Amino acid sequence: MSSAFASSRTSGSEIVKELAFFAVIALLMSVMILGVETVDRPTGLELAVRWDLVLIAIGSTVIGRLALIVRREGISRLAQAILITLAAVCVFEMFVRFREMDDRWAPPVVLDMAFGSVSSMIVTLCFLAIVFAIAYFSMKEKSAAEVDESTKLSSKIQVAYRSNTKKIGLIGIIFFIIFPFLFGENRSAIDLATLVMIYIMLGWGLNIVVGLAGLLDLGYVAFYAVGAYSYALLSQNFDLSFWLCLPLAGIFAASFGIVLGFPVLRLRGDYLAIVTLGFGEIIRVVLINWYDLTGGPDGISSIERPSFFGLAEFSRRVPEGSIGFGDLMGIEYSSMHRLIFLYYLILALALVTNFVTMRLRKLPIGRAWEALREDEIACRSLGINPTNTKLSAFAIGAMFGGFAGAFFATRQGFISPESFTFLESAVILAIVVMGGMGSQIGVVLAAVVMIGFPEMFRELAEYRMLIFGAGMVAIMLWRPRGLLSFRDPTILLNMSKKEKVAGEAK
Amino acid sequence: MTDNVQLEVEHLTMRFGGLVAIDDLSFTARKGEITAIIGPNGAGKTTVFNCLTGFYVPTEGRLTLYANDGPRLLERSEGFRIPRNNGVARTFQNIRLFTGMTVLENLIVAQHNALMEASAFSLAGLFNLGRYAKAEKQALETAKFWLNKVGLYEQADWNAGNLPYGSQRRLEIARAMCVNPSLLCLDEPAAGLNPRESAELNVLLQSIRDDQGIGLLLIEHDMSVVMKISDHVIVLDYGKKIADGDPEAVKNDPAVIRAYLGEDDDDELPPEVAADLHLDPKAT
Repeated sequence: MSSAFASSRTSGSEIVKELAFFAVIALLMSVMILGVETVDRPTGLELAVRWDLVLIAIGSTVIGRLALIVRREGISRLAQAILITLAAVCVFEMFVRFREMDDRWAPPVVLDMAFGSVSSMIVTLCFLAIVFAIAYFSMKEKSAAEVDESTKLSSKIQVAYRSNTKKIGLIGIIFFIIFPFLFGENRSAIDLATLVMIYIMLGWGLNIVVGLAGLLDLGYVAFYAVGAYSYALLSQNFDLSFWLCLPLAGIFAASFGIVLGFPVLRLRGDYLAIVTLGFGEIIRVVLINWYDLTGGPDGISSIERPSFFGLAEFSRRVPEGSIGFGDLMGIEYSSMHRLIFLYYLILALALVTNFVTMRLRKLPIGRAWEALREDEIACRSLGINPTNTKLSAFAIGAMFGGFAGAFFATRQGFISPESFTFLESAVILAIVVMGGMGSQIGVVLAAVVMIGFPEMFRELAEYRMLIFGAGMVAIMLWRPRGLLSFRDPTILLNMSKKEKVAGEAK
Repeated sequence: MTDNVQLEVEHLTMRFGGLVAIDDLSFTARKGEITAIIGPNGAGKTTVFNCLTGFYVPTEGRLTLYANDGPRLLERSEGFRIPRNNGVARTFQNIRLFTGMTVLENLIVAQHNALMEASAFSLAGLFNLGRYAKAEKQALETAKFWLNKVGLYEQADWNAGNLPYGSQRRLEIARAMCVNPSLLCLDEPAAGLNPRESAELNVLLQSIRDDQGIGLLLIEHDMSVVMKISDHVIVLDYGKKIADGDPEAVKNDPAVIRAYLGEDDDDELPPEVAADLHLDPKAT
């Protein structure tokens, strides 16, 4: 690399210009995020200015950029390793100071650590040595053969993934089935897994509409809300059990899907997105304002919990005439039983969604959805009824949203319009898009990343959204078509799937 | 002759606002023949196709298709029902394949209606019950037959968008044939093909006519195709029929020559062109 760039070395003034540019960018970004902070003082809320953080942010950016320039110009590996270590120290310093939440001047923490005690000195030196070593060796120039090797490896991974999707899916299913046995006593783990599973199911449901039929739906949460309120209202007003209401919730949501589908049949793309967005808001506003029926913003509380298929109850105090789950199974009562049961319930619902979708893809209706996504005019010329095809996609997608909604209502025991805001639709759509349109495993991956990770890193408070944003930008840059953006043919004639995948990877 | 008529177009007129795209056009196409519609650019050929296949509703006129079980009025049928119930399939001037799907899938999608019925609108198909498995096998056989016919069997599992241009044209014809039509409308099938590919296309079209006994309606600019294979040629100019007959007669028709090569006399410019020139004083 050094030889290729030797003739085109950047002049000193150009380097200074480049560094100044990045310093300004760092200043603009850090001054609002890091530089200003509201502090709760006895005298009231005050604005604290943290110039030290801004300075360090600019410093680390400039040093890091300098390291990149050194690398680009092929000057010296030692210099770039030193610069990167320095930048890492700056970033570390920034995080430590940031957590202190103190606007008094303090000496650099790194110096404190390095000259504090023997043990902290050793830790600091080890840290520096590791960063230095990584910087020194990872920045080694790659020969053409090595570059070739690494791209070959990534295409090999792709081929391995695509020709083994069934196995990977099976491993995933087994993992989710034994999950409660691994974390049986950990209440928050089961809760989080249930939450992730709800979003996986919603993602799979929306995948039918967006991924397969190519109809951009920004109001999917409306069907989720219809399902939730159907169950809550039916169970409160007519005393129907969860198991009876579940299919009813699906049917109600599907009919709302058709109701939405009719007026938007002629629309495509952006226009469709706007109308579906409006539909989602209409449902929410109706739920807020129809006080007599829905309880308005107060929501509906103490919704009945599901029984064990009508055989036994999960509560500690079992009502007259029925038995507890513990008694039925001959085990001691535990409040975890219900949570684990709920987890398995949503797992089963999600798997049903998945299997139905996978099967529908291989049926004429699924192929027609995909054909409609590709070219509606060609579909009409082949005698495919675009109206029915679109409506069926809306209805089936909505139905699964309705199932998920009924489950959500019974799990929470309380629902209000607040749970069904546009943000939810956006999150579900983001899961589908990020996973890779139409990819079932991609949805699982994206749901874990989008729902699981932010919940796991709750201690980082609002900064997790910052990291989340950075993650989204990274995905846009490196995988613009989603994490797993492949389409598997629904039928093959000559080739096995493996051959087809290998042929395309070439 | 009349009992052999497949398609009868009577007084077809199509207006878009003030623009008359087709003006009182009448012609017939006979069963098992290739009928070519030719004419200069903008003559209204594709508009005729769009009326026939339900993309446009004609302003005036009657379109009668004589199917095996009696005559049917095409202008009364809703768009997608024309290929489904009346067996009129078409291809497009700018190829419209499902590019993200494989070649084979393109042909299976074309058999949507038969399969949909066999799958009991997906309910039976979900569990692979009843006739569905058999119907799918049947659809696969039909697809294979047409893959062999257009020479794309080896590429069956390719994405349709990755095929070379000439193969995409042939695939589109195969896809239209999978609809099981009685009348096939081809909109410039030879556009962009090299001479060897055009010759292959001729063989394919003739075989569709002779072996399948299907009537073809053909829009084409490539005279080597039109003159060689068509049984009957209709020439349009400015939405009007200016000639009608067998290829040899049409070739020598003075009206046709005038339409294609233009007038010698400058005074006889078409009125709208002349009006344009007078509006713009710099042009003169």
